[in-house]
Amino acid sequence: MKVGLDVGSTTIKCVVLDDANKIVYSTYERHFSHILEKSGELLRRVAAEHVPGGKAAFAISGSAGMGMAEGVGVPFVQEVFATRVAAGRLAPGTDCIIELGGEDAKILFLTGGIEVRMNGSCAGGTGAFIDQMATLLKMSAGEMDEAAARAEKTYTIASRCGVFAKSDVQPLINQGARCEDISASIYQAVVNQTIAGLAQGRPIRGNILYLGGPLTFSRCLRESFDRTLGVKGVCPEDSLLFVALGAAFYSDQDFDLNEVCRRLEDRGASETYRSQPPLFESREEYNAFTARHAKASVPRASFGPDYAAPVHIGIDSGSTTVKLAVIDQEARLLFTDYRPNLGNPVPLIRETLERLYEEHPALHVASVTTTGYGEELAKNAFHADYGVVETVAHFTAARYFLPNVDFIIDIGGQDMKCFKIEDGAISNIFLNEACSSGCGSFLQTFAQALGYDVREFAKLGLFAGRPVDLGSRCTVFMNSSVKQAQKDGATVENISAGLSISVVKNAIYKVIRAASPEELGRNVVVQGGTFYNEAVLRAFEKEMGLEVIRPDVAGLMGAYGAALYGKGKALPDQTSALLDRKSLAAFSQETESRVCGLCGNNCQLTVNTFGDGGTFISGNRCDRPVTGKADSGERNLYAYKRKLILEYKPIPGKRGKIGLPLCLNFWELLPFWHAFFTKLGFAVYHSPLSSRDLYLNGQGTIPSDTACFPAKLAHGHIRFLSKLGLDAIFYPCMTYNIDEGLGDNHYNCPVVAYYPEVIAGNCPEVKGTKFIYDYVGLHRPKDFAKKIFAILRQYFPDLTRGEVKEAADAAYAEYTHHMSLVRKEGERIINQARGSGRRIIVLAGRPYHVDPEINHGIDTLITRSGAAVVTEDSISNRVERFSTTVLNQWTYHSRLYAAAKYCCSQPDMDLVQLVSFGCGVDAITTDETQSILQAGGKLYTQLKIDEITNLGAVRIRLRSLFAALDEQDDKQEEA
Amino acid sequence: MEQTLTQYPKFTPEMKKTHKILIPNMAPVQFRILAAVMEQAGYTCELLENCGSQVSELGLKYVHNDTCYPALLVIGQFLDALGSGRYDLDHTALIITQTGGGCRASNYIHLLRKALVKAGYPQVPVVSLNFSGLEKDSGFPVTLPLLRKFLAVIYYGDLLVALRAQTEPYETERGAAEACQEKWLDTICGWIRDDKGWSNREVKAAMPRIAADFAAIPVRRVPKVKVGVVGEIYVKYSPLGNNDLERFLASQDCEVNLPGLMGFVQYCAYNPSETARLYGGTFLEKHVSDWILKYIEGMESVMIRVLKNYGYHAPLPFRELIKLTDGVIGIGDKMGEGWLLTAEMIELVRAGYENIVCAQPFGCLPNHICGKGMINKIRELYPEANITPIDYDPSATRVNQENRIKLMLAVGRERLAERQAAAPAAAVERPERFVPAKRREKAAHAMV
Repeated sequence: MKVGLDVGSTTIKCVVLDDANKIVYSTYERHFSHILEKSGELLRRVAAEHVPGGKAAFAISGSAGMGMAEGVGVPFVQEVFATRVAAGRLAPGTDCIIELGGEDAKILFLTGGIEVRMNGSCAGGTGAFIDQMATLLKMSAGEMDEAAARAEKTYTIASRCGVFAKSDVQPLINQGARCEDISASIYQAVVNQTIAGLAQGRPIRGNILYLGGPLTFSRCLRESFDRTLGVKGVCPEDSLLFVALGAAFYSDQDFDLNEVCRRLEDRGASETYRSQPPLFESREEYNAFTARHAKASVPRASFGPDYAAPVHIGIDSGSTTVKLAVIDQEARLLFTDYRPNLGNPVPLIRETLERLYEEHPALHVASVTTTGYGEELAKNAFHADYGVVETVAHFTAARYFLPNVDFIIDIGGQDMKCFKIEDGAISNIFLNEACSSGCGSFLQTFAQALGYDVREFAKLGLFAGRPVDLGSRCTVFMNSSVKQAQKDGATVENISAGLSISVVKNAIYKVIRAASPEELGRNVVVQGGTFYNEAVLRAFEKEMGLEVIRPDVAGLMGAYGAALYGKGKALPDQTSALLDRKSLAAFSQETESRVCGLCGNNCQLTVNTFGDGGTFISGNRCDRPVTGKADSGERNLYAYKRKLILEYKPIPGKRGKIGLPLCLNFWELLPFWHAFFTKLGFAVYHSPLSSRDLYLNGQGTIPSDTACFPAKLAHGHIRFLSKLGLDAIFYPCMTYNIDEGLGDNHYNCPVVAYYPEVIAGNCPEVKGTKFIYDYVGLHRPKDFAKKIFAILRQYFPDLTRGEVKEAADAAYAEYTHHMSLVRKEGERIINQARGSGRRIIVLAGRPYHVDPEINHGIDTLITRSGAAVVTEDSISNRVERFSTTVLNQWTYHSRLYAAAKYCCSQPDMDLVQLVSFGCGVDAITTDETQSILQAGGKLYTQLKIDEITNLGAVRIRLRSLFAALDEQDDKQEEA
Repeated sequence: MEQTLTQYPKFTPEMKKTHKILIPNMAPVQFRILAAVMEQAGYTCELLENCGSQVSELGLKYVHNDTCYPALLVIGQFLDALGSGRYDLDHTALIITQTGGGCRASNYIHLLRKALVKAGYPQVPVVSLNFSGLEKDSGFPVTLPLLRKFLAVIYYGDLLVALRAQTEPYETERGAAEACQEKWLDTICGWIRDDKGWSNREVKAAMPRIAADFAAIPVRRVPKVKVGVVGEIYVKYSPLGNNDLERFLASQDCEVNLPGLMGFVQYCAYNPSETARLYGGTFLEKHVSDWILKYIEGMESVMIRVLKNYGYHAPLPFRELIKLTDGVIGIGDKMGEGWLLTAEMIELVRAGYENIVCAQPFGCLPNHICGKGMINKIRELYPEANITPIDYDPSATRVNQENRIKLMLAVGRERLAERQAAAPAAAVERPERFVPAKRREKAAHAMV
C-alpha cells in the first residue's frame, strides 16, 4: 500500500493507494494552520481505518510539508515534481498544467522541454487572494463563482498581489459597482497574474490541465483561463489530489504510520520559532493598562426624544465601515453609529439618518459634514453641507481631544494614516503605500482563516508567553512567516500576539520609517478601529516606549472630527441643506456603470442617480463627463510634453521605415532620435501612448515580475512596433545619460540603461526584425557620431560618415530645442499661475512618468483642483550644482534634487514626487528629496504608483497637502 | 542636520594607529585572508561575525526599507557591532567597498553614514575601499604592493573554496575537507602576517601544495547533482545574506560551485576600458584595463593549471569567460554584476553545473536584466540549463526559498538518474571530475 500526504498552505490532502495504484481512500480538508495536529490526526485515522497493519510506503509533499517531513524523517517530494509524476500517470498527453493552490500558483510545461514555474515571493497567493476578496465582498467562494457567471463586464484590477487588488476592489464596492462584475474581474485578475507572472513568454497551448482548489471549485475561473488563453482546459477527476497522488506514487520507503504520528507529536511539543517578549507580564500590568486608557473619554450629553438644540452631524464613510457622530453646540457627543460597510454605504447612512429623524422629532440639524473614501458620494446623495479630507477630520478630532498633540496615528480597516503636527498644522503625512496596507482587515482576514472572530482572536494574544516574531513587511510575506511559525509549533495565542505586534512594527518602521520614538513626538493620539484591539495598542506603546492616548471613540474619530469641522464652519442659526424627512423617505439610488467615451481615455464611469434627479459620477479622470468641457491643459506641463512628443510623425524617406518604442528614456530622447533618423532618410515611426491593452499584449514576455511598471510596458511597445512591418526597430542600451552637470555622475538607472537586453532576450517578435540595441552614449557628442556610424553601418552598409555626422548634429540641435521648449512653456505656466494666484506643483518624476498609463492622470487630478503642474526638468536648470548627502549619480535624479532645491526658494511652489513601485533607485532618492525639502521648510509628498493605482488614496494625499498649505498660508496671514 | 550629514568624520592617516577597523563579512574565506593583509599593513581590524535577526532589524530600523537587502544587512551588522559594547566607539572605524557603478550599491557608504548619525554614532568614520577615485579624503590608501597582496589572497581564497567544494561532498571521512581548508587558511594568514607568501613566485609554489593536500583526502566519487550559485555579490557569498545557502545545498547532497571572487575583480578592472571603447576615451583609458588584466592573468593561470593538474574542475580564464557572452548579452552591461553574471551562468551550464541558483536581493535592479532577464536566452542556447532565481529580503521566508531550490534539485536529480540510466556503467566507473570536459564538447554541439 502507498500513502501520500500533501500539506498545503491552507489545506491538507491525503490518499491511500492499493497495490494496483487504485485510490482506496482520499481526503481534502482545511487545516486552519494546525498543521502538526491535523497531520497527526489524519495519519492515525488512515493507519487505523485504511492501512492494515499501519505500515505503508509513505511520502510527504506540499509547501508546508517540507520542514515537517525532514523533522520526522519521511521523504519529501517537491510538490510541483509530485504533480508531474501524477500527471504522467493519470493524464498522459498533457502539454501544460496550471495549478493554483492556497498561496501558490504554478505552471508546468510538460512537452517541448520540461519546465516548471512557480509564483515569486512577491506575488500573493491565489487561493488565499480569492478568499480575501470574497471576504471583502461578503460572499463565500461558491457565491462568488455564481455571481461571476452573471457578470456583464470586467473592471481592471491589479493582479500583482492581494493587497493591491484590495485597494482596487474597495473603491469599486464603495462606488456601488455590481458584485457580479467585481467577482468576474477578480477571476480575470488571477488569470492575468498567472499568465504574466509565470508564463514569461512561453506560450500556453495544447492539452491543458487545471488543478488545485480554486480551479476545481470555480467554473468561472476556468472559463476565464480558457477565454484568455484561447484553449479548452480540463479539470480532471481528483484534481485536488494530484500532489498527494504524486507523493504516493513516488513513495518507496515503508513507514509505520503510527510511529510517524508519535514523532509528529514530539515535534509539536518543541517550540523553535523566533519569539519576542510577551505583551503583558502579569494580570496587574494589564489591569493598570486598561484603567489608564479608560480615562481617555469624550464628554457626552443625553440625546432625548425631545432634543431640539442645533446638532452637527459628521459622517465618515470609510473603506470598510461607515461611522456617524452627532454632537451638540458644546462638542459633546450625543449619538454615534458604527457599522461595517456592506459594499454600498448609501443605504446604511440613509437608515441611520432616518432613525435620527424618527427618534428625535424636533431634530435641528445645523450642519452635516462628510469625510472618508465615500465622502463625495455621501455628500452628493444626502446634500451634506461640507466635505473634508479625512486627514483633516482626524486631526480636528485629535486636536480637540489633546490640544498639544504632535503626532496622530490612525490604523483603520484598510489604511493607515499618520501625521506629524508642528505649530498647529499638519507638517507631514504618512499614508501606507499600497504594499503595506492590510492593517485592520488583515488581522480580520487572518483571524477568520484560523477560525476565530477578530475580537476573540486579538484577546488570545494578550497573555501569550512567547509572541512570534513575524517581522515588519507586507502582508503577503506575513502569510508565509505565519506558515513557517506554525510549522515550528507556535500556538494560536503566540501567533495572534505576533500579528498584532507586526501591525505596529509595520506602521512605525515601514509607513513612518521612524528610527526612534522621539522623532515622532511625545504627545501621541492613536485612533482608528484597530486600536480598540488592546494587543495592538499595547504593542504600540511597548514599541514606542511611551504612553499614548486612545480616545474611547478611537474608531469614530473621523466622524467626530467631521462634525467638529462642520460646527466650526457653520454660521450661527444655520440649518443644514441635508435632505429633510420627506426627501429622505423618498430617497432612491440607482447605480449604473458605463464607458465615458468622450475622449480616448475611455474611463469606466460609475454613475449614481438619486431620487431627486441628482447624479454623482466617479471613475472619471477629467471633468468632461461632469461639465461637458474638455480639459485645455493650459496649466499642465505634462500635457504639453505629451503634445510635443506626439507631434513627431514619420516623414517618408529613401532608407525605409524605422521604429522607436515610446517607453522609458525615449520619452525624452524621441526628439533626438527622430531628428537623427529622419535626417538619415528613414521614416521614423514610434509606438503610441501606453494603454492597458498595449500592456496586456506585451505582458506575456516579461521575465521579472518585480521590475517597475514603466519597464514592463516596454514589452507592449515593442510588440506594437513589431506589427507595423518596419525595416528595423531601434532601442539602444545606454549606460550613461546626458551630462547636465548637476551631479557626481550621469548614469541611467540599470533598468533604463539595459532594458533593451531584456527585450532582445525575451521578446520573440524582435527575431524577425532588425532589432538594433547596441550600446550608445550621447554624453560625448564628438565620439557619438563616430561610434553610431560604426554601429549603424553593420545594419545599413550604404551609410556614409558625413551623413551620420550631419544627422548627429541635427539630433543634438533638436534635443536642445525640445528641452528649451519644455522650459519655456514651464516658465509660461509658472508666470500665468502667479498672475492668477494659483499654487504651483512640481510633479517630479522621470520623463516616462508623463505617460498617462504610468501616471494614471495624476497631473490632471492636480490641475482639476486648481493648481498648475510643471515638471522637474523644466526648473532643474535654475540652480547651481550643490552637494547632496547621497551619491548624486543618475541624471534623472539629479534633476529631482535640483528641482527640490529650487522649490525651497519659491514660496508658491511645492514638490510632489512620483515614485514607481519597484524602483530601487527611489529608495535612495525619496529620503534625499525629503531632506532637501524639509531643510527648506517645505512639505514633502510622495505618490507611489504602479500598474494600477488607486486614485482615491492619491487624492487624499493631495488634498491633505493642499489643506496643510492653506493652513500654513492662513497662519502667515494672521501673523 | 544637513550640516552634520555632509560633514561626516573622515578617516585620517593618523587613525591607522588609533582606530580599529571593522570589516563586514561578505565572503568568509577570502575576507579572512584580506583581514590578515590589512593587519600586516599596520591596521588593526576585525572581521565581523555577528549575525542573527537583530542585524536585519537594525538595518530595517535605520535604512529605507526598500533599499536592497545587502545594504540592510551590512549596515545592520555594523550597528549591531557598535551597539554591542565591545568596541571603543571613539576609536573604531568601518570599512565598506564602493564600486562607483550605476547601481544603488555605490550609495551604501552614504546610507551607512546617514544611519550612523541617526543611530547615535556620528563620530565613527567610514573608510571607502574603491578603485574609482571616489571619496579621496576618506578612502583607503591602496598602494601597489597592497594591491598585489589583495590579488594574491583572493586567489588563495578562491582556490580554497573551489577545492573544498569539490572534495567535501565526496569525502569518506566527514569534516576532512573543512579541516584541510581551515589548516591552510591559518597557514596562509600566518604567511601574510609575516609579509610572506604573496609574491608570484611564492603563490606558484604554494598552490600545488594546497591542491595536493586536498587531493590526498580519501573520497568516493559517486555522481551527485551539481549546483552552481551566481548572483548579486553579497547574497551570493554571504551566509548571512543567503540564509546559509551553501550549507543548505550541501545538506541536499549536492556539489556546489560558487564562481570565485576574482572574476568580479577582473570584471571591475575590465569595464573601464570597455566603456572607453564603447563611448570614446583616451588611449590610456582604452588600454589600462588590458594591462591590469594581463598582470592578473599570471596568477590566474597558476590557479587554473593547479586545479586541472590535480583533476579538479577549473574555472575558465577571464578572457574566455568574456567570449561566452557573445550573442547573449552585451559587455557594455556593467552595472552590478552585469554581463559577468550572465557569463558565469553560461560557464556553469557548459561545465556540467547546469542546475543554477541565481540569487539576488528582492528588487535588485541589475539582475532584472543580467539575471532574470537572461534566463530564457540561456535556456534557448543550452536546453539543459535548470536555473531558478531566488530573491532574498528580510521577510522572505527560508521555507519558500528552500522549496523553490528543492524543485530545481528535483529536476536535477531526475536528469542525473536519466543520464546514469542511459550510460550506467560508464557514469559510475568514470571519475566524476573528468566529466566537465566531456560535457563542454556536448554543449558545443548543442550550440551548433
